[in-house]
Amino acid sequence: MNALYVICGLGFLSLVAEIANLKKGLAIAILLGIVAAIGLMVTDWNTGLHYYNDMLVFDNFSVAYSTLILVIAIFWFWMSGDYFSRQSHETDRSALILFAISGAIIMVSFNNMAMLFLGIEILSISLYVLAGSNKESLLSNEASFKYFLMGSFATGFLLMGIALIYGATGSFHLATITAFISSNSSTLPGFFYAGVLLMLVGMAFKISAVPFHFWAPDVYEGSPVTITAFMSTIVKIAAIAAFYRIFSFCFGAVQSTWGIILQIITVLTLVVPNVTAVYQSNVKRMLAYSSVGHIGYILLAFIANSTTSTGTIFYYLTSYSITSIAAFSVLHEVENAKTTTGFDGLYKRNPLMAVVMTIAMLSLAGIPPLAGFFGKYMVFTQALNNGYSGVVIIAVITSLIGVFYYFRVIIGMFTKTGEEGPISISSSSSILMVLLLALILLIGVFPDRLISLLN
Amino acid sequence: MILSFLIFWPLFVSIILLVVRFKNAKELALGASIIELAASLFIVSQFTKTAEPQFVVNVPWITSLGINFNVGIDGISLLLVLLTTVLVPFIILSSFGSAEKRPSSFYGLILMMQMALVGVFTARDGFLFYLFWEMALIPIYFICLIWGGEGSGKITLKFFIYTLTGSLFMLVALVYLYLQTSGTHTFEIGALYEAGRLLSVSEQSIIFWAMFLAFAIKMPVFPFHTWQPDTYTVSPVQGTMLLSAIMLKMGIYGVIRWLIPVVPLGTQEWGNVAIILSVIGIIYASCIAIVQNDFKRLVAYSSIAHVGLISAGLLTLSKIGMQGAMIQMLSHGITVFAMFYIIEIIFQRTKTRSLAQLGGIRNVAPVLSSVFIVVMLGSVALPLTSGFVGEFLLINSLVQYQIVIGSVAGITIILGAVYMLRTFQKAMSGETNKVTSGFIDLTTQEKLVLFPMVVLIIAIGVYPTPLLDISEAAVNNILVIVSDFSASVK
Repeated sequence: MNALYVICGLGFLSLVAEIANLKKGLAIAILLGIVAAIGLMVTDWNTGLHYYNDMLVFDNFSVAYSTLILVIAIFWFWMSGDYFSRQSHETDRSALILFAISGAIIMVSFNNMAMLFLGIEILSISLYVLAGSNKESLLSNEASFKYFLMGSFATGFLLMGIALIYGATGSFHLATITAFISSNSSTLPGFFYAGVLLMLVGMAFKISAVPFHFWAPDVYEGSPVTITAFMSTIVKIAAIAAFYRIFSFCFGAVQSTWGIILQIITVLTLVVPNVTAVYQSNVKRMLAYSSVGHIGYILLAFIANSTTSTGTIFYYLTSYSITSIAAFSVLHEVENAKTTTGFDGLYKRNPLMAVVMTIAMLSLAGIPPLAGFFGKYMVFTQALNNGYSGVVIIAVITSLIGVFYYFRVIIGMFTKTGEEGPISISSSSSILMVLLLALILLIGVFPDRLISLLN
Repeated sequence: MILSFLIFWPLFVSIILLVVRFKNAKELALGASIIELAASLFIVSQFTKTAEPQFVVNVPWITSLGINFNVGIDGISLLLVLLTTVLVPFIILSSFGSAEKRPSSFYGLILMMQMALVGVFTARDGFLFYLFWEMALIPIYFICLIWGGEGSGKITLKFFIYTLTGSLFMLVALVYLYLQTSGTHTFEIGALYEAGRLLSVSEQSIIFWAMFLAFAIKMPVFPFHTWQPDTYTVSPVQGTMLLSAIMLKMGIYGVIRWLIPVVPLGTQEWGNVAIILSVIGIIYASCIAIVQNDFKRLVAYSSIAHVGLISAGLLTLSKIGMQGAMIQMLSHGITVFAMFYIIEIIFQRTKTRSLAQLGGIRNVAPVLSSVFIVVMLGSVALPLTSGFVGEFLLINSLVQYQIVIGSVAGITIILGAVYMLRTFQKAMSGETNKVTSGFIDLTTQEKLVLFPMVVLIIAIGVYPTPLLDISEAAVNNILVIVSDFSASVK
């Protein structure tokens, strides 16, 4: 809980930094602040404390996800340091990011529908602004507007769902709703189920599952790279965790209502983005589709068994977001170099970046012994164990399709010829890339601790 | 302990080479691979000829998923480990004549490949086996991609997707077996054997095909071979050597260790189909080889034919078939390595692999020509060469299995003689022409690679017993597992 205060405090500090003339030390202060927040968060492990009349709860689930969000946030700030210094209004931007992170933490630790809504809105409103932060770029403006329209639309569904559920059960409180469902399972009114489905649709928008994913590729492509990285990692983590928390903890008893729909959504989310990604020539857009595709694997773990898949989903999200940050940090540098040929011939121009991108692509494609492989492996095992062999075969085939588009980037880097001349990157970026590379390998070779963390 | 060294030593050197970028990476890699060879010879000296796995290392790795780092060596593994550790130094030595770009990464990847190969041949845990299986794919993919010829991007991607398709189905099959293990699930090989044998015939059949797909693509068996000729042709010669001399043995080894004993009923049910596919492949590939003009492509097709015979003989589930497969794997590895090296030598000097343009090399390079004759005779299985022992046992097993299949497979010897002698005629004999007139005979470094291979081809042909002895107990053990089970069902 204290970590949340620290993050909010950093946000306010960042807001006033311009006025108070504290800009110079701000970046360091934010990084130290997040490190401190991680420390505070870890001390909450195994306490399970409730706050604000049980509106928020920091059980192990919340602590693990919040820590993951904060760790990724450190990498994110590290990666995008120069993004801030090159732009005007840098303090406003970092403030918005920090508020978005606090929203994300609320989304993984809510114990009350109102808090869920609050978390989602804090996160989303900051992001609507950030997506359009490239003011001169038409695409960025389009991304922002599209994201805002679609986001508000989804929020509407979510709110309507919450209202109907409140009407049926008389509470916003998760535990009360769960208790009410189990004690009145036969007499629940029809509009309760409608509420559950509306919430499903609303959350599916937020996690960008097919067919509610249309906004994602455009928004990802239009936004600045760093913001795209933020959306495809921290926002994904928070949205999935919130989705999991509400549907597994709260609506587990009425799975018959939403189970089959979610299965259809899962299959679609596996097939559609993976096939579409093959046809993308822009790496950023390809990564957008790939990130939607990965949601499919996470949903597969979820439908396989919605109560014991906690560890699997956590591992998958961890490996996915670390790998994505690695890929985006390379993409960020490539875009900084303003080359027209993109990744082609990158190996000649900067071997480190090419190697990091290669490892990231291999991990996303699910090649052992990297982190991405173990995530997929556990999803498949879990699904097979629960009798979803048909969906597993589909997932195996979509992974193979994935190899096709991930490897196109690799082949381009190693065999095609791009612009001449080396790309030089700062030593801090190099260190970050090496660190992320090591993490991808480390989590892949020694997954045990991470898997058993939440099981 | 020595086995851990055998696996992690090449990995260690490979990481150093990949990270540090040495100038004299060649010498370092050669030294490392010779140390590896010495370690494997030490294992041979300590090995007792029983069926039990020896030098076992078993450490818990991912306990929550029932995965252990479990490796051990029995006779079958030992022969293949030996093939790997003997050939890799020569593969490295064979590259000394040509200057590769980015040598440090190149040799680093070769050694990483060696690590994965040794791992595949020694793994006694299903998951570990899969892991090494895939890890062998990554370095060879990059070797072929980066150092390969024109169009390597497309061709290697096809190769990668093909192999990955197979291995993913194998993974699903392994996981399925893992979920059938009793008590706390485990990937331990014995537990998987037990779980597999308890399945019904139809379940075993599905598992059989899921796993056979992976092995058949790797070998490759007709009709899963379409990636192979292009990939062999486009790869740098060291990549082709690794692929053909060692890596395809992973598929055959997989059939022996992870297919036949795991699903004996499935193998009996569908083995004949697989044998027929293999035999079709023998004839088909031999016929294509006869009309090839590209020397490297010709050997690639001949390799499909040889492997088809091995896989057919193996699936007869007879002792001579399996022993024949073991010895033929070694023989094929040695001859195909030497053959590709000779092609590379000719290519470096004449800049062509087209048989139509070559001719008369015998007149200007008698030593090379003599070496080629020995290697060629080994490849067409002349008595007293290594190829003969293996092919004789394999065809024998097939004739006992089914006389028609055996006779058809026997045609391979005739067809093999046809395309090999045709090659000899076109490339070596005849008049020396403009392309081959300036041909220089073998250099010392080339002799250093090829002469030991010649010695091995003849030595194994004359006296194969020591090698057959090494694998006998382990082969018997596998057959006992199969027959015990068939008896208990009947």
